[in-house]
Amino acid sequence: MTLTIRNLTKEFPITGNQSICAISDITFSVADEEFVSVLGPSGCGKTTLLRIIAGLEPATSGSIEINGEIISGRNPRMAMIFQEYSLYPWRTVRDNVTFGLEVGGMHKSRAREVAMDYLRLVGLGDFAERYPHELSGGMRQRVAVARALAIEPQILLMDEPFGSLDAQTRNNLQKELLEIWEKAKKTIIFVTHSVDEAVYLADRLIVLTPRPGRICEVIPIHLSRPRERTSVEFAQVRRLVLDLIAQPKCTLQ
Amino acid sequence: MLLPVLLIVGWEVAAYLIDNPFILPSLTTVIPILLHPFSDEFTLGTGSLVDNAAVSLFRVGSGFALAAFVAIPLGIVMGRSAILNDFLDTAIELLRPIPPLAWVPLALAWFKIGLASMVFIIFIGAFFPILLNTIDGVKSIKRTWVELAMTLGAREADILGKVILHGAAPTIWTGLRVGFGIAWMCVVAAEWLPGTTIGLGYLILYAYNFGQTNVIIAGMVMIGVIGIVIDQIFKAGERRWFSWRALER
Repeated sequence: MTLTIRNLTKEFPITGNQSICAISDITFSVADEEFVSVLGPSGCGKTTLLRIIAGLEPATSGSIEINGEIISGRNPRMAMIFQEYSLYPWRTVRDNVTFGLEVGGMHKSRAREVAMDYLRLVGLGDFAERYPHELSGGMRQRVAVARALAIEPQILLMDEPFGSLDAQTRNNLQKELLEIWEKAKKTIIFVTHSVDEAVYLADRLIVLTPRPGRICEVIPIHLSRPRERTSVEFAQVRRLVLDLIAQPKCTLQ
Repeated sequence: MLLPVLLIVGWEVAAYLIDNPFILPSLTTVIPILLHPFSDEFTLGTGSLVDNAAVSLFRVGSGFALAAFVAIPLGIVMGRSAILNDFLDTAIELLRPIPPLAWVPLALAWFKIGLASMVFIIFIGAFFPILLNTIDGVKSIKRTWVELAMTLGAREADILGKVILHGAAPTIWTGLRVGFGIAWMCVVAAEWLPGTTIGLGYLILYAYNFGQTNVIIAGMVMIGVIGIVIDQIFKAGERRWFSWRALER
């Protein structure tokens, strides 16, 4: 399954007839089971891009296609993982995971079984009856991953999901995410502003310019997995990416 | 505990000095009434304290339930829809400052004397706190909660029932607690309407006509105690069901 983003542009109206351009003429494709990272500075519209793909916002122009077919609005083949505050605090961990299954019409008892499978996958089988406020930030994001996986999407959209975590937890979750990605065979679009994170995770980086976000570089990462942050090769690729995104065409508005 | 004890001692001393049970009766004439809440003996033939309280609670419960039944759905819709909110907001802001008791003459004109008038007054008292808290609760729901539900395929009914209602529930509950407090104040006044023959509000006014100040005070204590107990029940419910709001980081 191929996801294609074609000439996507988003303008936000401000006062009067004026508008701000958030992203401009973005075109790229994502192959089946590919891990793509969208990298860019704060305010470059990368979250907006993801929200449009998820169907949370309409594009001003351009289209999103799955296997050549234009889609609009929310699509059941995608699930989104938000930066934070996305768990329902009044539901237990397990019932947070069943949410998507319930609204999809699955019987409650069956939904609970499925939820337990995915909680075990993210290593939280023992925390099913707990409430979100009893969990650390990293555990909450793992619940969010389990919840997204439970509805069995083909594509995971991740909006800086580890951005608010400490470095150690963040590294652990990146590693776990790669393991899950390999096991579950999903396509992932991962938005981040961290070069380190993008190089560690992705098959390919799509680098956006500051507002309005345009694609200035597409960088394939040819490092074998598991990647070692401290290795010479990793440092070289990281250096290369840093050099590329420091070019005037990537930094100028 | 020091101040209440001082107040009681001061009361007894003052009652002794004034020596007029119509102005300030001795506690020894009030306490026996409170110690026999099921007895008809002290309440001038209006039924026992508990009988009167039960009738008042029934009235306040009816008006309060009706107010909640109208205000919560309306508040949810207004919280969700900017258009409806703009449409209704001005009318509500104009009606809200009118004290419930100012509605008494209209209540009598519309519903005549009887239960309906009282329920109406109580309804007015409870309605606005419940409505405003519901709107506030719905508006303050995290946008991510709703968007997440949408990305998981929730329809509007799911979003209302599984996200909005739960997310706003603690604030709605606060509205219910405040609304009940006001409703309980309204019932006393509503029971002063002509044609009333029972109820704690009626009892204290009736006792005044007989110069039985000790009965008035016993009735007032009963009204206060019931108010406190119900407020505590609401607070216990808040701790029991909505502790997540305080614990959420």
